Amino acid sequence: MIYNIPYLAVVALVLIGLYALLFKRNLIKMVIGVTLIESGVNLFLITLGYRENSIAPIYTGSPGGIMSLPVPQALTLTSIVIGVAVLALMLSLVIHIYRHYGTLDVRKIRRLKE
Amino acid sequence: MNVPDYFIPLVVALPLLGAFLTPLVSRLSGKARNAFVVIVLGVNGILIGLLASDILTNGIRTYVFGATDLSLPVVRILFEVDAMSVFMALIAAILSFVGVLYSLSFMKEYSGLDKFYTLVLLMTAGMLGMMLTGDLFNFFVFLEITSIASCALIAFWTHKGESVEAAFKYIIISAIGALFILFAIALLYGQYNALNMAVLANSIQYTFLDKIALVILIAALAMKAGLVPMHMWLPDSYGSAPAPVTLILIGTTQASLYGAFRVIFTVYGGVFSDTAFASNVIGAFLVILALATMLIGVIMALRQSNLKRMIAYVAVAEIGYMVLGIGVRLNAALYNEVTQTVVWHPYTTTALQGSILHIMNDALTIGLLFLVAGSIYYATKKISVDQLGGLARKMKYTTVFFVIGLLAAAGMPPLNGFVSKLLIYESTYQLNPIIAIVAILASIMILAVFVKVFHAIFLGPEQESLKTVKEVPKPMLIAMGVIVCIILFFGLFPEFVITNIVEPATTAILNHTQYIGAVLGGV
Repeated sequence: MIYNIPYLAVVALVLIGLYALLFKRNLIKMVIGVTLIESGVNLFLITLGYRENSIAPIYTGSPGGIMSLPVPQALTLTSIVIGVAVLALMLSLVIHIYRHYGTLDVRKIRRLKE
Repeated sequence: MNVPDYFIPLVVALPLLGAFLTPLVSRLSGKARNAFVVIVLGVNGILIGLLASDILTNGIRTYVFGATDLSLPVVRILFEVDAMSVFMALIAAILSFVGVLYSLSFMKEYSGLDKFYTLVLLMTAGMLGMMLTGDLFNFFVFLEITSIASCALIAFWTHKGESVEAAFKYIIISAIGALFILFAIALLYGQYNALNMAVLANSIQYTFLDKIALVILIAALAMKAGLVPMHMWLPDSYGSAPAPVTLILIGTTQASLYGAFRVIFTVYGGVFSDTAFASNVIGAFLVILALATMLIGVIMALRQSNLKRMIAYVAVAEIGYMVLGIGVRLNAALYNEVTQTVVWHPYTTTALQGSILHIMNDALTIGLLFLVAGSIYYATKKISVDQLGGLARKMKYTTVFFVIGLLAAAGMPPLNGFVSKLLIYESTYQLNPIIAIVAILASIMILAVFVKVFHAIFLGPEQESLKTVKEVPKPMLIAMGVIVCIILFFGLFPEFVITNIVEPATTAILNHTQYIGAVLGGV
């Protein structure tokens, strides 16, 4: 059971992020929602790579025992870097939207018709 | 013709390197930068052409990063190129080259062009990477590169509130789609310890988690491709971006569609050859979504008064035709009790061929229409259909290009749209006549949309405010002319195109054992 807690945290993070995206009207809160989903996915990747009592996979001078595969960590690092780029882009767009519309409320940002 | 192995990564590396050299070259002069970008994409197009001729004659090729042979293919990143990949790469090459050629005049009066061309090259590199990679995580990375670059390009006209608004919608949709794709990749990785598509395809068991991963992948990629009901971002971003950017954006949505092809027919290819039920359910779902996409796309297009948004809704409808082939192929799978294998009717292969050819045709025709819309905007600074009229006298070539584009988009013989749509009609009819009827109806409505627009924009009396309108400059005409030449070639010699490019691509995408064998060796 105790090992399932990270997975529950993943589900919680993704659901809170989706909730923020779907029901929040403020653009900044929507951006926070996207980053919450991203954190959830990153946590999921990291949790997959975890093995109990494992060591870092450095072969020279290894004390023996289980080594954890470094691939999930590498994936997570890449994902974090991409996430930073996306976050910066989203926030800069929010700044531009605020300049044009004078508001961050999605209900008032509707120049593009249906 | 045989090409050396390093051609495969070079096709992606060249635009990537060019992207970061562009700001340096533009310190020299604007002309040097324009020439540099055109040369990079031209050379890249030639490389892709050579690679395509090699793959189409000699079959599948792989390139492993950081190794000279295929040792440890499970953990290494590799590019795997088959006929389907090069088919898509050819589309990307044509679109990016024509887009840049068009931008030379179209974007001339705007500042920040070094950034514009950097982003265009980055977008091209990302798009090509998505099409050539053989690794799911790599696919995700290239998808994000493409999304970020295209989002920045949609918002390139930051002085317009609409552009920024559309870009924000696009980045939210892209970010969510990409994160869910990553989630699905993690689900697969957690079970099979592999990210390589061939290795995954070899060991996939179709467990409960695999089903979840499949649904997430299809949904996220369909969202990125603009399938109804997840199409809301597409008219906004296509309509607000500069015309050459829209042209290349078509390529990025189709790269996502290619991802869906790859996931369904390669990674889950083994599963669908063993169980008919799974593929029937997913196929039925995709057929319904595709039909809804066609109808909603054209009905919304009829209501628009903004020319670019109208074409964007037609682009949504065209996506339906491409997905229809996948849906029909999956839905028509039959389980043979005696041999205990899944069999497909030959017409399902025809349907898939029609879809794959339609990917190319859609890129060309819808791309041409967007370029014409961009030319009209360039010449008149107006985009609403109500404010335009009588342009045929002033812009002869543009008028001819628009007529060709509208006939091709509506599937009129002897243009290219007719060939792919006929393949789709005659094959889907055998699954259920209603599918073909809806598809034909949508085509007729596309014709209605464009004939109305053609009459409003190009015919009628000359308007007072449009007295000074002149034909657009030569680079824009050449860019549109290139696409028109390809459209005419595809329309007049459909046999040549189908036997030489489309049939190998269809065979390659359906033959997942060959894809696995190229990596793992003789499985």
